[in-house]
Amino acid sequence: MRYLPLTPDDRTAMLAKIGADTVDDLFTDVPAEARLTGPIHDLPGHASEMAVERHMHGLAGKNLVAGDMPFFLGAGAYRHHVPSSVDHLIQRGEFLTAYTPYQPEIAQGTLQVLFEFQTQVARLFGCDVANASMYDGSTACWEAIVMARRITRRKKALLSSGLHPHYVSVANSMAHFTGDELQSAVPELSVDTDIADLIETVDGDTSCVVVQYPDILGRMDDLTALAAKTQEAGALLIAVVTEPVALGAIKSPGEMGADIVVGEGQSIGVGLQFGGPYVGLFACKQKYVRQMPGRLCGETVDAEGRRGFVLTLSTREQHIRREKATSNICTNSGLCALAFSIHMTLLGERGLRDLAQLNHAKAIVAADRLSQIEGVNILNKSFFNEFTVILPVNAREAVHELASRSILGGVSLGRLYPQEDALSHAMLVTVTETCTDEDVDALVSALGEILP
Amino acid sequence: MSMNNQGRPTRSEDVRIQDIGTKGANATFTGNRALILEEKLIFESGSIDRTGVDLPDIPDAKSRLGGLERSETIGLPGLSESETVRHYTRLSRFNYGIDLGFFPLGSCTMKHNPRLNEKMARLPGFADIHPLQPQESVQGAYQVIDELATWLKTLTGMPAIAMSPKAGAHGELCGILAIRSALEARGDAREVILVPESAHGTNPATAAFAGYKVEDIPATKEGRVDLDALVARLGPDVAGVMITNPNTCGLFERDMKKISDAVHDAGGFVYCDGANFNAIVGKVRPGDLGIDAMHINLHKTFSTPHGGGGPGSGPVVFSAALEPFAPLPFVEKQGDTYKLVEEENAEEHHAQSFGRMVAFHGQMGMFTRALTYMLSHGGDGLKQVSEDAVLNANYILRSLEDVLDAPFAPSGYCMHEALFSDKGFAEGFTTLDIAKGLIDEGFHPMTMYFPLVVHGAMLIEPTETESKEAIDEFVGALRHIVAAAKSGDAKLKAAPHHAPRRRLDETLAARKPVLVYKETQDAV
Amino acid sequence: MSRYFTEDHEWIDVDGNNAAVGITDYAQEQLGDVVFVEVPESGKELGKGDDAAVVESVKAASDVYAPVSGTVSEGNAALTDDPSLVNTDPEGEGWFFKLDLSDTSQLEGLMDEAAYKEFVANL
Repeated sequence: MRYLPLTPDDRTAMLAKIGADTVDDLFTDVPAEARLTGPIHDLPGHASEMAVERHMHGLAGKNLVAGDMPFFLGAGAYRHHVPSSVDHLIQRGEFLTAYTPYQPEIAQGTLQVLFEFQTQVARLFGCDVANASMYDGSTACWEAIVMARRITRRKKALLSSGLHPHYVSVANSMAHFTGDELQSAVPELSVDTDIADLIETVDGDTSCVVVQYPDILGRMDDLTALAAKTQEAGALLIAVVTEPVALGAIKSPGEMGADIVVGEGQSIGVGLQFGGPYVGLFACKQKYVRQMPGRLCGETVDAEGRRGFVLTLSTREQHIRREKATSNICTNSGLCALAFSIHMTLLGERGLRDLAQLNHAKAIVAADRLSQIEGVNILNKSFFNEFTVILPVNAREAVHELASRSILGGVSLGRLYPQEDALSHAMLVTVTETCTDEDVDALVSALGEILP
Repeated sequence: MSMNNQGRPTRSEDVRIQDIGTKGANATFTGNRALILEEKLIFESGSIDRTGVDLPDIPDAKSRLGGLERSETIGLPGLSESETVRHYTRLSRFNYGIDLGFFPLGSCTMKHNPRLNEKMARLPGFADIHPLQPQESVQGAYQVIDELATWLKTLTGMPAIAMSPKAGAHGELCGILAIRSALEARGDAREVILVPESAHGTNPATAAFAGYKVEDIPATKEGRVDLDALVARLGPDVAGVMITNPNTCGLFERDMKKISDAVHDAGGFVYCDGANFNAIVGKVRPGDLGIDAMHINLHKTFSTPHGGGGPGSGPVVFSAALEPFAPLPFVEKQGDTYKLVEEENAEEHHAQSFGRMVAFHGQMGMFTRALTYMLSHGGDGLKQVSEDAVLNANYILRSLEDVLDAPFAPSGYCMHEALFSDKGFAEGFTTLDIAKGLIDEGFHPMTMYFPLVVHGAMLIEPTETESKEAIDEFVGALRHIVAAAKSGDAKLKAAPHHAPRRRLDETLAARKPVLVYKETQDAV
Repeated sequence: MSRYFTEDHEWIDVDGNNAAVGITDYAQEQLGDVVFVEVPESGKELGKGDDAAVVESVKAASDVYAPVSGTVSEGNAALTDDPSLVNTDPEGEGWFFKLDLSDTSQLEGLMDEAAYKEFVANL
């Protein structure tokens, strides 16, 4: 077996050193009735690389691949071009096969990357500090709500109706057990976000207001007034960014006063990967740093006075604080954070701004083309690279129709909000730099055929 | 005040002696040392006007950003591709990884990460598909999830599984929430979760995060859960226990079935932390031990890479009693097609589910890697995996117990990891010094100061992917270092001497945290 | 004014109904370099044995308990800026918080300096 170096002679010699007759003797602490005597039934035997590849290729071949056809899906996971060097670099064994940097003298590579990553995320979000990453955007969002509860000692969180429904769903699952009170709603198909309602609703019992920017329907608003009103009530403003590329074009939530900014970093460097692993981004104001969940990397010096980096403020974490920790999180999303950081370094500010402008311009062109189809309307007045299209037919069925024509045309709101008839004719269309003019042509002409 | 009694040094020690390399006679002009090349931060070497990507022309279009244009400088430096490759390649060389050498980090299972796994995960049919694609367009992806689920259920002897938890700790949370849901469903508001004092810190943190009070259960002198104390504490307020088996002392909990029966009799549930499943995969099915829920770290037992701290993946297997409460979404096979059960169709299939834990469906990229690994090993290979892992650990235990205190060795064999204490070192010498000495000898240190039940703990887990020769070399080096610690060799106290950095000042980092780069900061 | 000690390595200076609380020199020595201290807000009601403050070194976090019941009248703000005061002057400038005692009879169970020294010597 190709991953196991011990030979039968090695095993015999080692058993002799141990003083055991057989390897089964080493398992005598397992009660006899629970010990398996032979290989487990119903499982195949070991296989060659060739045989495994054949099987996995077969499974991969059953999926429609985004890169093979016109592709317009978003809704929290975005397809951007990832430069070749990103995947090459994250596969260096010293990154890929390292552990959490608990021995900093031989983990400065990972640690410096985390320090650079934290700085990149903080600057992108317009915040003072960021952590070394979370599992994904949805769990980062819930952790932010918990953090706001710790800071304000209040339990009522207002969730914008524009927050991704999966994020709402995650928060609801958790809040059921923690006793947090969440107020949430289904979005309305209106041009405006629900910021005015949130400003109206926030009060002295509110721990935080959670608003997605741009929101699930692609709409966006200035958060400044909401931040001011929220803080006046003694609550925190949490902004959620599911498409960080947007922040190359639009103001950051931090600049507009958000206290905590969380997000999904997948769109930079990570790729679609059918939903995971992704990378949760988490940033906040300096004054809240000790209430942050997750790992933090900090700068220091070594015994010779040279700059170096260590994990720090770890007394917030589970391995020291146990039941009093800020979170039970143990890992970060290290390799995805590395991919994010490399891609961001390749882009630089110039590249990020150009990429954002390119996305925005392509989305405008596509939105205008789609709005010319008889019976099709675009909901948004403003958007970045994703907007809501209202069809004269059930959008979920239209998406299936498009897929049968080898076009992955968007995410229907029926998929995200299956119980809401009022949303059933709407779908989200995302246009990134990976969409060509021909892709848009194909979508427009296919929709023309499908619609009555 | 509660005290630190694990023997972990909490004061940074003054080791500014014996400067090597960067100071004194051996100093170089650049600070580089041949293959070890110092690397600036991107904020020092890059520029906001430099980029490593070429983009197509931007079409003309009037902005629809609603007046939200970002006008201020963001401060994100860029590098050209050539500089980027060099930056990260240089940084990578400051890291230790399994690819480089022996990495016996106890409880973390740093086994070889097969490259076939990486190749398969990158097939466009897995890597370039969107989680919200129409279900008919991703049947192969659902099949991967279903096949992996079947392997895990078969290997554990458990009837149900949740695939979406993102890591081990997230899996723990999943299991505890399912337990709480099951209790709520029968109108039983129990408040306490019992956790052995040797447990990993995530266990109590998870129980607290899920709203439970945590109480410790003591260990016996043999390093196992004290069954009598546990049984005595059971009662109508105890929701369940969280037990790691094999435990963090590297021992199998012989009384596991008795513990499960007692907990069940008292109306509670049994959570098993499956972090150490690597020791028993293919040899023991947790389902036969009365366990109700157990997470499986795919990044430990099933060889997906640790990546410098994640991403992990922590599917949770469930007993029939907890199955109805498992989270959404999950994949169900109906005839020849796979269907995703989500919020919308949960009513008919899974009305008691406690809900969703993550956006989308979990760590697909890890599922493809883990399934590739399982198919490679097969049922027979996985049995050999645990046998070799346990054999290697016992070989280490017997090769070191004459020079290192092994508090639980007299009670018999260990499982996949061997535990030692710092007893017998010269005054002022600690486990930390042993770890730093190993760095100089080219090894990654073992887990130190965990579990907390042993003073100055050293937990050594070789895994099955190490050869006898590699282990012998490590044992030789460790014996040499232990001799230095016992004789009080000052050179060891100042180790590491040859790593890219000497010991780092963690006190400074924590007292005045510098977590992001600032252009105006003074050079330190 | 009289000083008492607890088995949790805290000291309490009592003057009538007012008291100051800190950790002992022995405790700071065990703890190592203190990097962070969280003191209670004034007005907080504490029962005997409640978690009152947190003191952290790099690798350990410890709770400081209220040695007796009372209401916090002041937390030592100086520790927020300079936690190393706990190391340099634990039984003086490094005090944690001041209490208005609600039940002075609780002091009866505590040790005096000689008893505490003997207690530490036997650890």
